Amino acid sequence: MNRITKTAFGLASGLLATTALSNVAAAEDLTLCWAAWDPANALVELSKDFTKETGIGMKFEFVPWTNYADRFLNELNSKGKLCDLIIGDSQWIGGSAENGHYVKLNDFFDKEGIKMSDFVDATVVGYSQWPKNTPNYWSLPAFGDVVGWTYRKDWFANPDIQKAFKEKYGRGLAVPATFAELKDIAEFFQKREIDGKTVYGASIYTERGSEGVTMGVMDVLYSFGFKYENPDKPYEMDGFVNSDKSVAGLEFYKALYDCCTPPGASNSYMGEGIDAFKSGQVALHMNFAFTWPGLQKDESVGGDKVGFFANPKGPDGEQFAQLGGQGISVVAYSDKQDAALKYIKWFATADVQKKWWSLGGFSCLKAVVEDPGFAASQPYAQTFLDSMAIVKDFWAEPSYASLLQASQKRFHDYVVAGQGTAKEALDGLVKDWTEVFEDDGKM
Amino acid sequence: MTDANATILERAAETAARATPAPVAKRVRALSDRAVAWLFIAPTMVLLLAINIFPLIWAIQLSFTNYRANRPNEPVRNVGLQNYERILTDSDTWLAMQATAHFVFWTIVLQTLIGFSLAYLIDRKFRGHAFWTTVILVPMMLSPAVVGNFWRFLYEPQIGLFTYIVSFFSGIPPSDIAMLSSVKLAPWAIIIVDTWMWTPYVMLICLAGLRSIPDYIYEAAEVDRASPWRQFWSITLPMALPFIMLAVLFRGIENFKMFDMVNLLTGGGPGSTTEVASITLKREAFEKWRTGFSSAFAIILFVAVFGLANIYVKVLNKVKSR
Repeated sequence: MNRITKTAFGLASGLLATTALSNVAAAEDLTLCWAAWDPANALVELSKDFTKETGIGMKFEFVPWTNYADRFLNELNSKGKLCDLIIGDSQWIGGSAENGHYVKLNDFFDKEGIKMSDFVDATVVGYSQWPKNTPNYWSLPAFGDVVGWTYRKDWFANPDIQKAFKEKYGRGLAVPATFAELKDIAEFFQKREIDGKTVYGASIYTERGSEGVTMGVMDVLYSFGFKYENPDKPYEMDGFVNSDKSVAGLEFYKALYDCCTPPGASNSYMGEGIDAFKSGQVALHMNFAFTWPGLQKDESVGGDKVGFFANPKGPDGEQFAQLGGQGISVVAYSDKQDAALKYIKWFATADVQKKWWSLGGFSCLKAVVEDPGFAASQPYAQTFLDSMAIVKDFWAEPSYASLLQASQKRFHDYVVAGQGTAKEALDGLVKDWTEVFEDDGKM
Repeated sequence: MTDANATILERAAETAARATPAPVAKRVRALSDRAVAWLFIAPTMVLLLAINIFPLIWAIQLSFTNYRANRPNEPVRNVGLQNYERILTDSDTWLAMQATAHFVFWTIVLQTLIGFSLAYLIDRKFRGHAFWTTVILVPMMLSPAVVGNFWRFLYEPQIGLFTYIVSFFSGIPPSDIAMLSSVKLAPWAIIIVDTWMWTPYVMLICLAGLRSIPDYIYEAAEVDRASPWRQFWSITLPMALPFIMLAVLFRGIENFKMFDMVNLLTGGGPGSTTEVASITLKREAFEKWRTGFSSAFAIILFVAVFGLANIYVKVLNKVKSR
């Protein structure tokens, strides 16, 4: 064999060996799919312990929120094998269960002694069960989340601002107890000069493309008395979705948008809200709880400058908040279901859940959130507990995407574009949703 | 071709023929010219059938069903013309068509006027005209994704350069100039960006038209003492008209299916103010997952564009033959 042939043979063998070894490694790796956001980074950190314990490598596929649903629902619908584990949005549970995308976990939970009663009830219903309120589990609650508020504690504590507010409203400037008070505060701060800078009242959800404006509107509507359907007759929506109380709630949201948001905030969701608050533009900021650790740590608006509060009460004293968050599921098309179930078993343990919380993940395990030290563990921990106690969620039906797109259009048309009245928007929504359920054969 | 070159080519052909394995050469020689022609066309035909014709036929078939791509396990039911009926009687569809018509009409008007004017000026061949032609062409060389994103920043009410300039000249506070959030301004915001980006394209086609007019026609007009104004109306415009109409056709078809720029700038908002037909179609197909319904919508749009374009081409041919 001449020298060139020997070299070529050596190179080929090396390449073959490298490829084979990398395939062996890849065969043991699990891919976890989730949204690209701060908690995902915490999960990467947390999962290193799983790899240490089991030798199973973890790969991650994170997609920005704006494409998260499109990307992963496409993946599931096409029966793709990209994800072995998926942390899917709470509203996907119906479709993913009925279309066979997720592995049903009941037998696994029984075998491994994982009890759903160990998790916060609202998260079990919201993230794991389908049909709702039945003991059929498709996910393990992974990340508790809820819409709440942050505010500029330093501005609220400023004596000059306090004085001006008292002169105008006859009460002290404090965390609002009702939505009416919240609007007063937002109006008060709108276009106010603070430290030589014009600031605005509130950042709220107005995004049109995915789910933003619906999450914001529903977050307010629940406390005004909105109901999705007749509690005694499922899918009967007329008189509930478009009740007088719901109309008042929607009118309130529009009034809040018109009076008190920063200029150009017509397509604002989680990211835009964070930017508005971090840049010192707004006094109040509606957002999911996942944003709180980052805001608390922020150098310019964090620390003592930021405060947190749960959704205030509506006109009749009702108090609810929009549920966010997700459960972790095993994808039915994965070839590595055993390893994926190992991960879920590991993730459900109390020690891992405690570490998850310490890294910035919002644990749903009662042992963590009901620990006596939990409320004081972070400045936002008590607000998280208060908020999780009052959650409601959007439809989780298999047709949730159509239901969501209908509400996105109706709410954005009314709130942002000012087309029609609140009553017309909600009547239209009843019509759209009825059409969807009729198509599904549920009405 | 020189003799030397011909000899080189002949030799190369001879070498290639010798290199072809005998059985293959024999088989190829046995084929008729027509068969060889088909052999060459076949890959293109197969590709065309696979990526154009087959999906079209499939979409037509799906448009008569209730198929949803996100429910693979559900039985697919034939719904006849129900999808078409729903689309054509849905007020939201007509609002989307109105938004599309508004966008198409104004972009074509502005791009044709400005594009032709620029072409007319560039055609004067002043000093540095080649440089200015290149400068004017830059916007159309950019990616629509880049253009959309960067105009979004230019339109920002608090930090946008466009807003600042408008505020500087009009005295209106920048925070009150919400180009993308205002129901009245948002459709125009998109028209401005599309016009900025695609006017050079219209200019280029018009310039080709102007340069194709022979000089002797103008010389004859000068001899007849026709004024520059008369020359423009009687020579320049009629002779450049087929080119202008071609530019209008290209821009019309392109803007009828406009998606990227609108999606990046407003996403169809505020509300549904700028929700052009392609945005509605995308929402139906990939957000609501109504595959059958969206296929019907796509077919309606296709027929509309195809029909209008055909009528227009006939008119164009008449103008050319005059």
